[in-house]
Amino acid sequence: MTDDVLLHARGLTKSFGDFTAVDGIDVLVRRGEAFGFLGPNGAGKSSTMKMVGCVSPATGGELRILGMDPAVDGPAIRARLGVCPQQDMLDEDLSVEENLWVYGRFFGLSRREVRARTDKLLDFAQLTERRHDRVEPLSGGMKRRLTIARALVNNPEVLLLDEPTTGLDPQARHVLWDRLYRLKRDGVTLIITTHYMDEAEQLCDRLVVMDHGRIVAEGSPRQLIDTYSTREVVELRFAVDEQERHVEAVRGVADRVEELPDRLLVYTADGDDTLAALHDRGVRPLSALVRRSTLEDVFLHLTGRSLVD
Amino acid sequence: MSTPTATVSTAPSGRLAAGPRRPTTRGERVGAVMAHHFFVYRRTWKGSIIGRFASPLFFLLSMGLGLGALVDARAGGVAGLPYLRFVVPGILAMQAMMLAFGDSTYAVMGYIKWNRMYSAMLATPLRVGEVLGGHLAVVALQIGLATAIFLLVAAPFGAFGSWWVLLAVPVAVLTGMAFAVPLFGLSARMETDSGFSILFRFVMTPLMLFSGTFFPVAQLPAWMQPLAWVTPLSHGVELSRDASEGRWPGWLGAVHLAVLAAYVGVGWVLAHRSFSRRLLS
Ligand SMILES: Nc1ncnc2c1ncn2[C@@H]1O[C@H](COP(=O)(O)OP(=O)(O)O)[C@@H](O)[C@H]1O
Ligand SMILES: [Mg+2]
Repeated sequence: MTDDVLLHARGLTKSFGDFTAVDGIDVLVRRGEAFGFLGPNGAGKSSTMKMVGCVSPATGGELRILGMDPAVDGPAIRARLGVCPQQDMLDEDLSVEENLWVYGRFFGLSRREVRARTDKLLDFAQLTERRHDRVEPLSGGMKRRLTIARALVNNPEVLLLDEPTTGLDPQARHVLWDRLYRLKRDGVTLIITTHYMDEAEQLCDRLVVMDHGRIVAEGSPRQLIDTYSTREVVELRFAVDEQERHVEAVRGVADRVEELPDRLLVYTADGDDTLAALHDRGVRPLSALVRRSTLEDVFLHLTGRSLVD
Repeated sequence: MSTPTATVSTAPSGRLAAGPRRPTTRGERVGAVMAHHFFVYRRTWKGSIIGRFASPLFFLLSMGLGLGALVDARAGGVAGLPYLRFVVPGILAMQAMMLAFGDSTYAVMGYIKWNRMYSAMLATPLRVGEVLGGHLAVVALQIGLATAIFLLVAAPFGAFGSWWVLLAVPVAVLTGMAFAVPLFGLSARMETDSGFSILFRFVMTPLMLFSGTFFPVAQLPAWMQPLAWVTPLSHGVELSRDASEGRWPGWLGAVHLAVLAAYVGVGWVLAHRSFSRRLLS
């Protein structure tokens, strides 16, 4: 059903002069999905989101949002999108509720509609108590929630979230995730960018892994981990300068080994078996940790680099 | 990793029932942009309103009455007018220019890169022309209001020769916009605010002094006079003075209007282009 396809990109490209920030990506997002772009800084996530948000013209390729062409119907598309950009873009001189009032007017909502929605959105964003306060002194998490509330003022079908929890403390991230779950449950299509693998695993039904403007893998978090990693990972730390000496022995017992400056990552189906095998070969690390594979491991495998510098 | 899923409650998400989206008119959209700026002014008007009344008084007391007494005693006025009536209409136009510089530089940069509200606006159905036009319309209203206050304060001192001085309000607005519109474009091209102080010092201040505000342009050295005529302020000053005295400016008035309108028109094209390039890259 093409009616259910909210975002369709083919060979989508964005160049700034000679530099290609988004290099021919294909993306398809259906109604009701929580879709993610996972990639490190500079991967081209924000550039992609700006094209989808119809505020940055594509350099090449095809892009359809809600069945329309951004180059022709930008304002009509934007009327049905909610955008939570990477930076908050709030008017910090205005109060919390004033920020919502003025924004609702941009979508042509009447003063009465805006006020009615403001009450519900403030409740949703857990900002009712602060509604009369100026925005400037609010915490990062509160500003972020206000930005999301503001993006919902027009009751959008699609919510674009560019790095929604970057720069927030763990507590604030969890509060925000909880709000996003509710939106998802209510049928809002979420398009999220992030460089946090835990965020992608928590929020996204399906995601693409992006690096240097290209998509390097696509699937659900589970599929990606199954395809590109093993079930478990053993993290080995050695005394200074000892790591080098043990690499060969470790390689002998595992499917794959990644050498990081401070530790070895050993990819294996069963971490405890691997540890036992290493012990038999006389490998004695300072510490050994068995954990499940994550999207971080997927990214490392696909690109040879870690997600967060 | 922790599992925040557990904290999902059954409270309403705050999302509202889906409804048809009424298409908006251009007028509504520009009005919505203006409404945003009015909200901002509502927070700051107390500070600025004192200045709106105080600055005319300072000018009247120092230039009109203080310097005026001296000029009138020595030279019998300027251009056939008591100095007060010569200088005040000029200051009206000059104030419009100063307000335009004040509202079209740091403010525009702020909306572009400090709070990024222009970008926030462009994520909605608003177009660049509406974001630009709505902000400029508020600047125009500010200048109109400040000019009206100046008239009110100066009239009891006998600063104006005729009721036609009411026309000095639209003249001041047009003069101000002849600066504001191109300045919006310029500000949208500047990366940092360090250029603004140069702009104030080397563009605004000379224009204040050499545009026929305090003495006739004809008193300038011959080589400087063309500079006065190709910049907007001298034209605003002449029109303002004609209005104040109820003099019909004839074809020269048409020239003054045309120059000011050209600055607004060409300025709009440049500003629109600068905004698009900066905000929709
Ligand atoms: N307006 C621009 N002009 C020039 N280069 C840009 C511009 N915007 C982004 N880039 C470059 O494009 C690349 C991708 O940026 P971005 O899309 O912001 O990545 P991400 O959001 O994944 O961190 C970066 O190398 C960035 O420097
Ligand atoms: Mg980014």
